[in-house]
Parts: sequence; structure tokens; C-alpha cells
Amino acid sequence: MLKRRPLVTGDKTYKDVTDDICELIERPPGIHFMGLFLGVKALFVFYLVVLAFIVSTGMGLMGVNHPVGWGTDIITFVFWIGIGHAGTLISAVLFLFRQKWRTSIARTAEAMTVFAVMTAGLFPILHTGRPWLAYWLLPYPNQRGPLWVNFRSPLIWDVFAVSTYATVSIVFWYVGLIPDFATVRDRAKNPIRKKIYGILSLGWRGTARDWNHYEMVYMLLAGLSTPLVLSVHSIVSFDFAVAQLPGWHTTIFPPYFVAGAIFSGFAMVITLMVLVRHFYPPFKNYVTLDHMEVMNKIIMVTGLLVGYAYGSEFFIAWYSGAPYEQYAFINRAFGPYAWSYWIMISCNVISPQVFWFKKFRRSIPVMFVASIFVNIGMWFERYVITITTHRDFLPANWGDFVMTFFDLGALFGSFGMFFLLFLLYLRLVPAVSIAEVKPVLFVGKDKGGHH
Amino acid sequence: MINPITVIENLLRPKAKKGYVGLFLDEHQMVDAAREVRESGVSNFEAISPFPVHGIDEAMDIPRSFIPWVTFVMGLTGCALGVLFTWWASAVDWPIIVGGKPMFSLAAFIPVIFELTILFAALSSVGAMFYINGLPKIDPVIIDPDLTCHKFAIFVPECSSGFNKESLDKIFNNHGAIETRPAEF
Repeated sequence: MLKRRPLVTGDKTYKDVTDDICELIERPPGIHFMGLFLGVKALFVFYLVVLAFIVSTGMGLMGVNHPVGWGTDIITFVFWIGIGHAGTLISAVLFLFRQKWRTSIARTAEAMTVFAVMTAGLFPILHTGRPWLAYWLLPYPNQRGPLWVNFRSPLIWDVFAVSTYATVSIVFWYVGLIPDFATVRDRAKNPIRKKIYGILSLGWRGTARDWNHYEMVYMLLAGLSTPLVLSVHSIVSFDFAVAQLPGWHTTIFPPYFVAGAIFSGFAMVITLMVLVRHFYPPFKNYVTLDHMEVMNKIIMVTGLLVGYAYGSEFFIAWYSGAPYEQYAFINRAFGPYAWSYWIMISCNVISPQVFWFKKFRRSIPVMFVASIFVNIGMWFERYVITITTHRDFLPANWGDFVMTFFDLGALFGSFGMFFLLFLLYLRLVPAVSIAEVKPVLFVGKDKGGHH
Repeated sequence: MINPITVIENLLRPKAKKGYVGLFLDEHQMVDAAREVRESGVSNFEAISPFPVHGIDEAMDIPRSFIPWVTFVMGLTGCALGVLFTWWASAVDWPIIVGGKPMFSLAAFIPVIFELTILFAALSSVGAMFYINGLPKIDPVIIDPDLTCHKFAIFVPECSSGFNKESLDKIFNNHGAIETRPAEF
């Protein structure tokens, strides 16, 4: 008979689970954490300064110009939104497929979603050039007619998609947190701590009737998040695909973007999990090598999907017989930005191939390096897509896109924001879902073999 | 003069009921005890656990949650509002021809309508769960702080029909309770 491998190792009892997970947020932060935190915070402050310069001076500080109107802001927006998608995939899609291994990584992946979407959301607003007028994107009654937003524009679809995605992700995450906040509240010795977590737990008590409705809502949110996450990245891809430009106007974009999003998101989950496991060893019992291996398999599969999409794009460009479409792709691979194209290919298509081998799938250093490569590659994928419009129909319109200091500052600074939020999360919120891990504690073990 | 804060506080502060509680260390013992309590004729009691326990709904005869109906109806509402609003804003209130498309270009409105469907369905489902579970609660009475960690409890209020302290005590102890005592919840 096939035997399931245990999802949680180390013969834990229910009490051990609570202790292990709550301990991280109850003890004072260590020296390594503080060092990391201050470094990330410095990067975040740098980000704020860069943003302040861009907002107060104008978009002229960034490299966008004719003919490349969408630069770092849109590239990085799509990059971060894509990162977020793996969180929803783990927390919602794998939940619907009854993948019990998801329980120990779902919380952190979902947190990653929320923070990535927050980081992403700033970029299009910055890109408008007048971020203080960003509320014009919402359909509200106004004194200009009222002049409503153009619902036929993919950019407005994006506003609805990303804001709905952010809202539902935060709510989904918070609903999952309610019982765990109650656990932290009931353990708290400090009255202020008890009060704060008591408020966050909303007075949760966990009666059978509570759980009955709670579980139903959790499943419904998973069911609603699944089409939502697919729609969000499809709509992000429509920003490009609906525009009638060679290289953008293709029907493969929605599935290609969704696969790429899952690909980059899982790579980011691996990066974060390797770091969390390294700095907090007790988590190795909850996020085991088996978990990492499964995620590496997903990275490999989605990497192949993305590779297929790159090939398919080229084939269709040739098969279409449209000279502009053909030129867009030849220019992509062999033009002035060929270097970025080949970075993309080597990071996204070649590097995940190491995961064909079980030894590498289970090697922490290999997966860490590969996941960083994938993240670099996926940023360059969006770079390639966005920048290769630099040569369109008339050679008189041709031009180059050159990044400035402020482009790079906004790009690297956004990592400061993301990691600052993530480190705060690790210290303030139970990083593994306590109430979800307990029911799967004995999976693959002999005792309590009632499942 | 009515103080609105006091009104809200009184609304959200649950009123504790007196009753009798049995604490367990194993969820299966709790489920078996709950089944026997119900079979002994007690109608209204609570089982408290740190995580959703498999089989407790059947043991206590808790019906399937009604919340999917809320999700369905509110999803349809969001969808209908999306259709109505995009139509009204684009074809009635301020009609502008964009890209040679019809005023009511439904295909282009589908993303917005879809997102509104999801948003309404998700938020109202959570709202319904909050309402029916009485969240948020201010300072709820907690029988034992370990009930969100590794203990399981059955609480029978005195007001429920068939309440009998001696027989409850016997049921709890027969199923391996670690503690039985009068309590408030």
C-alpha cells in the first residue's frame, strides 16, 4: 500500500504546534533579525525618497519617453502582481483540490500575496504622473458631466481587477487569521498584548457552530478567489493584448501571463521559505523538504509552460505572415535588447530544468539560487514585452529606452517595501496557520489513524 | 441621553450563561461525548475546539451552513449591478463613442461585471459569517485558555431542556474528560 509521507515531522502534539508557531512572535527579536530589519528599512526609506522625487518633479525623471511610454513602472507592476498569484494559488486553488500539504505554507504565501499586491498597486498610480488625482480612476459622481470612466479600457478593467483582488485577498487572509489570533490572545500574559490580539481575534471562541459557518466561508472564499486570480492576470495581460501593437496583440497572453505569474510566485515562495527556515529552524518541521520539493515541481512545470509560450509566440509571428509581427519578434531576440531576451530565456526556461533531478529538487542551495534566477528572469520577461515596442511601424518613430537612476531606485526600493512588510508580518502574525495544521498533524502517521 | 458607545458595547458584549462543562484532551472523546449528550435529550449545547473537528456536526446535528445562499444571491446582485451601472454610465448618462464600439458594448464590460460579482459575493459571505457567529464580540467569556490550543470542551447551559448535572458528569467522565465543573459561557 502506498503510504503518505507525514506533512509535519518531529512527533508534534497539538500543544507543541501552538508553542512552536507562537514562540516566533512572543520572544524578543534576535540580532540577525534586527540587522536584517534595519537594512530593509533603510532600503524602504530610500524608496520613499525616490518616490518623493518622482512625484514632486514628475515622470520626466524616469526613462519613459517616445516611443517607449511604459517603462519600469508597468514592468515592475506586472512583476509584483505576478508574484502575488502564487499565494492565492496555494491558499485557494490547492485548498479546492484538497492538497493537504498546502496548510503549512498557505499563511505565508497569502501574506506574500497581500504585500506583493500592495507593492504592485503603487506603480500604476505613480505611472499616472499625477498620483494625487488617482481617484479619477474610480467611477464616482462628479461635476464634469458626470463624465464616467471608460469601461471599454483595459486600464479601467485593471483598476477593478486589482482592487477586487487586493480586497478579497486581505479578507481571505484575515478570515484565516481569526482563530490564530484567538490562540495568541489566550496565551498572552501581557495585558496589552492580550487586548490587541483580543481585538484582532474579534472575540473568536471556536464553538462547533462557529466552525461550521467558518469552514463554509473559507471554502467559498477559496472558490471565489480561484476564478478571481485567473481573471486578474488575464486582465493585466489585456493591458498589452488589447492594444493593437505587434508583439502585444496576441490571444496567448492571458494563459501565458497566468502561467508566468504562478511560476514567479512559487519562486518567491521558495526564496522566502528558505530564508524563514534558515532563520527560524523549528519551522523545518512544518515546511519540510517534501513541501519544497512539491513547489519545485510546480516551478518546473510552469517554467515549461512559459517556455512553450515563448516558442509559440515566435511560431505564430512567423505563421501569421504579418511583417510587423515578424519584425517585432526578430527584433526581440536579435535587436538592441537581445541581451534582455536571452537573460529571460536562460533564467526562465533553462534554469528550472535542474528540477528534473530529485537531488536538486531537494537541495536547499540549488533551489534558492534557481528561485532567484526565476525571479530575475520573470522581471526581464515583462521588460522584454514592454520595451520591445521601441521599434514600431515607422523607422522615424524608433528610439531606445534607457533606465535612469530613478527607474532603478523605484525597482530596488520596492523590494524594501515588500520585505519590510514581510518581516513585520513574521514578528506580528502566526506564520503558519495553527488551526489548519492541527487537523493534518497525523497525516501519514500511525497514531490517530482515523483518517 | 443615550451614549452610542454604550449601546454598541452592550450589543457586542455576549451575555454569559451558567452551565456545566466537560474538558477533553482528545477530539474523538469530545465527539463521542457530544453524541451521547444529544442522545440523552439535551437540545442546545456547545462544543468548543481549537480547530474544526471532523464529525462534530453530525454528532451535534448541526445543519449545513446556509451561507452559500448568501454568496449566490449577492453574487447575482453584484453581477446585475455591474451590468446596470456599466450600461447606464456608458449608454444612458453620458454616451460617448469609443473605438467605434456600440454604446452598450457588453463584451468589453464583462471584466468589470465579473469583478463586481466576485467582490459582492466574497464580502457578503464574510459579512454573513460575522453576523451569524456574532463577531465581533467584546470580552467573551472563555472557559479555559487552552481551548484555542489543545483542549476540547462541551458546554451545556442550565437553560437547555434536559439539563441534568449528574447525568452530564457521568457522560463526560465515561468519555475520558480531564475535568468537569460548573462554568459560565
